[in-house]
Amino acid sequence: MTISTSYAAAHQHDQPGSFWTRYVWSQDHKVIAIQYSLTAIFVGLVALVLSALMRLQLGFPGQFSFIDSTHYLQFVTMHGMIMVVYLLTALLLGGFGNYLIPLMVGARDMVFPFLNMLSYWTYLLSVLVLLASFFVPGGPTGAGWTLYPPQAILPGTPGSGAGILLMLISLAIFIVAFTMGGLNYVCTVLQARTRGMTLMRMPLTVWGIFVATILGLLAFPALLVSAVMMFLDKTVGTSFFMPVIMSMGEQLDYSGGSPILFQHLFWFFGHPEVYIVALPAFGIVSDILATHARKNIFGYRMMVWAIVAIGGLSFVVWAHHMYVSGMNPYFGFFFATTTLIIAVPTALKVYNWVLTLWQGNIHLTVPMLFAIGFIFTFVHGGLTGLFLGNVVVDLPLSDTYFVVGHFHMVMGVSPVMVLFAAIYHWFPKVSGKLLHDGLGKLHFWGTFIGTYLVFLPMHYLGFLGVPRRYYAISGTDFIPESAQSLNSSITVAALVVALMQLLFIANLIISLRWGKTASANPWQATTLEWQTPQTPPAHGNFGPQLPTVYRWAYDYSVPGARDDFIPQNLPDSAVVIDDAQAYAKAGQ
Amino acid sequence: MSIFSKLTEKPWLAQPEGQDAALQYLPDDVWPQRTALKFLLAVISVLFSLFIVTMLGRSQLPDFQVLAGEPWLPLSDRTSLWLNSAILLGSSLCMQCAQWLARQQRGNAVLAALTAAVALVMLFLFAQYRLWLQLADAGFGFTDTAASNYFYLLTALHGAHLLGGVIALLPVFWQLAKGGTATLAKTLILCCWYWHYLLLLWLLLFWLLSSPAQTINTLAALCGFGEANL
Repeated sequence: MTISTSYAAAHQHDQPGSFWTRYVWSQDHKVIAIQYSLTAIFVGLVALVLSALMRLQLGFPGQFSFIDSTHYLQFVTMHGMIMVVYLLTALLLGGFGNYLIPLMVGARDMVFPFLNMLSYWTYLLSVLVLLASFFVPGGPTGAGWTLYPPQAILPGTPGSGAGILLMLISLAIFIVAFTMGGLNYVCTVLQARTRGMTLMRMPLTVWGIFVATILGLLAFPALLVSAVMMFLDKTVGTSFFMPVIMSMGEQLDYSGGSPILFQHLFWFFGHPEVYIVALPAFGIVSDILATHARKNIFGYRMMVWAIVAIGGLSFVVWAHHMYVSGMNPYFGFFFATTTLIIAVPTALKVYNWVLTLWQGNIHLTVPMLFAIGFIFTFVHGGLTGLFLGNVVVDLPLSDTYFVVGHFHMVMGVSPVMVLFAAIYHWFPKVSGKLLHDGLGKLHFWGTFIGTYLVFLPMHYLGFLGVPRRYYAISGTDFIPESAQSLNSSITVAALVVALMQLLFIANLIISLRWGKTASANPWQATTLEWQTPQTPPAHGNFGPQLPTVYRWAYDYSVPGARDDFIPQNLPDSAVVIDDAQAYAKAGQ
Repeated sequence: MSIFSKLTEKPWLAQPEGQDAALQYLPDDVWPQRTALKFLLAVISVLFSLFIVTMLGRSQLPDFQVLAGEPWLPLSDRTSLWLNSAILLGSSLCMQCAQWLARQQRGNAVLAALTAAVALVMLFLFAQYRLWLQLADAGFGFTDTAASNYFYLLTALHGAHLLGGVIALLPVFWQLAKGGTATLAKTLILCCWYWHYLLLLWLLLFWLLSSPAQTINTLAALCGFGEANL
């Protein structure tokens, strides 16, 4: 008996009945995915508001009395941490991972549904603990999202009391939640694929999520280790990271730890984290490009190998975030080299996306627009990464707005473009309704152009030497007055981009209530999630019989076939032949 | 089929009807709990490796004094550590016995062996706690020295994982109480893996935490740590 059929038997008795078991304490991967997504989007909107507040101060310094330097640093910190960990990681893996893995590999659910449910509620707890820090004396931590000691836990830094403790506790809880979810994702991919679904027939979305999950399982412990040790330094006075130090004119009890150790740990997590976010995005964008260009993905095997190679290499580049920490120059050389090497498989993926589009039957749908937008923003962010990966270029640019522009393009805007592409692409399957096309296109152009207006000028500010994280830069001799004008225009663009996201939320609500009913497979896609008997898929996903997979996920525009797509679960004998082509071939 | 040959498949090639190898293959190795445990052990290994690496890095800073090596240092006499190790070894052996007995469907004997395994774990934890108190009395409390920071932290984490194992074992006791032994042997294989893993982990920590400065310095050098890098 295969695991999938045994689940079928199990699920017949497991059909949730009440509202609570169906929508709240649900063990259905689709409901859990939606719970993850809604929570992540909510907390992401909080972070969006924080970024708008930051921009108000930078664009119009001193005009808003409620934004003082303490609050500004707290906004910076919470914005960064929420966006990277609690939004992007949670939405891409907890949201899309949960929804898509079982459906795409032809399983009825995750292999450990209870653990999956526990993962979401633990994640929610981590979010609540994090948000609680806004309401404690001293407010949330303002140590910067990297939380570097010693300043993160010393008096004088905003939120150095309860704020930093709640942040560390929240991160630890998040890691526990991620580990529970992550074990589910990898085990489902490895153990619950349906008949015929070999590893190399899996859509690249699943590959991206799968490898990113393994990265997360191996990288998040580094953050846990650093959080635990910093927590102990703060609470009981151990000296893991805290050096012998004076604070406020007094010698503290710390005996001589190493803050650099924290940096190594943090970035041993922090750089793979970039790919924990990027790899699912790579996978999703590959599938969306192929579907909406009606063409098979170019170089599928290379794409898989590149995902695996990037995953492996992402563990040996972390110290390129630390060139200015005073590290051994040979270390710097090593990490600059590995950083350039990781650009090779990444560039390979970009070429393959472009070659997938080449001579494709491109449908400029909203998901496709966002996917193509991603290629632009990712190339820009990636190229500036090559600058910063080199020690001699990084040293003068470190801690300037060039870095802010770079990582927002590559790690902020790019994954968010993919998230939007994915939401527009899979919303019909999740909800049974189509999102409004006109609002979607307005959302795309506003976001795409707006984010360029925000982040492209930041590179120039960085070249001027404008430092990041500063509350105010007025009166600094080497920074021209025009920098302030540029900052004002960036703020206006950022506010427009923020408003565009409200348009997106409005589109979600309007379409959910009044949108057109979606057909089962509105994009005429090949992958299994579009072949479910019901839309949205019912509990158990595929009805009484699990699908059998006969082909890979990219049979688009196959010569000789009548339709320009052949679903993965369609055997050759059921493929409808194009009569005209068949006659022409017979006549030759 | 090896992972290499799986990753070199050419999935775009059409498979002739009835000859699709992917459809001939019937999975006979479906055991998600085992896969999950393998990944979980990998995660725990990374966690402890990182703690250990930071300890090796920290050991190269001037204030770090190891807890063993010289006669006046508390862990130079390893009697207590050996005794605690023997207790944990006993627990592992009991768990292994429980697994053997479960294969023979001897429910009551399994219950006795599992109870002994859990009791020995609890005894081990109590003995470790006693060791903590002795160290603190000798002036090596949690926050007293950099090395004792690590000793308490690593042993506490190891203990927490043991307790986690005990909690994970509760459903097995429940299953036994209900008289179900059909899948018990399979479940206990995984319990054995976890128990033995934690025994090996303890032996590694034992060796590391009671090593003299010279050994620690050699390990730190192998990891590329020098004062210049910290």
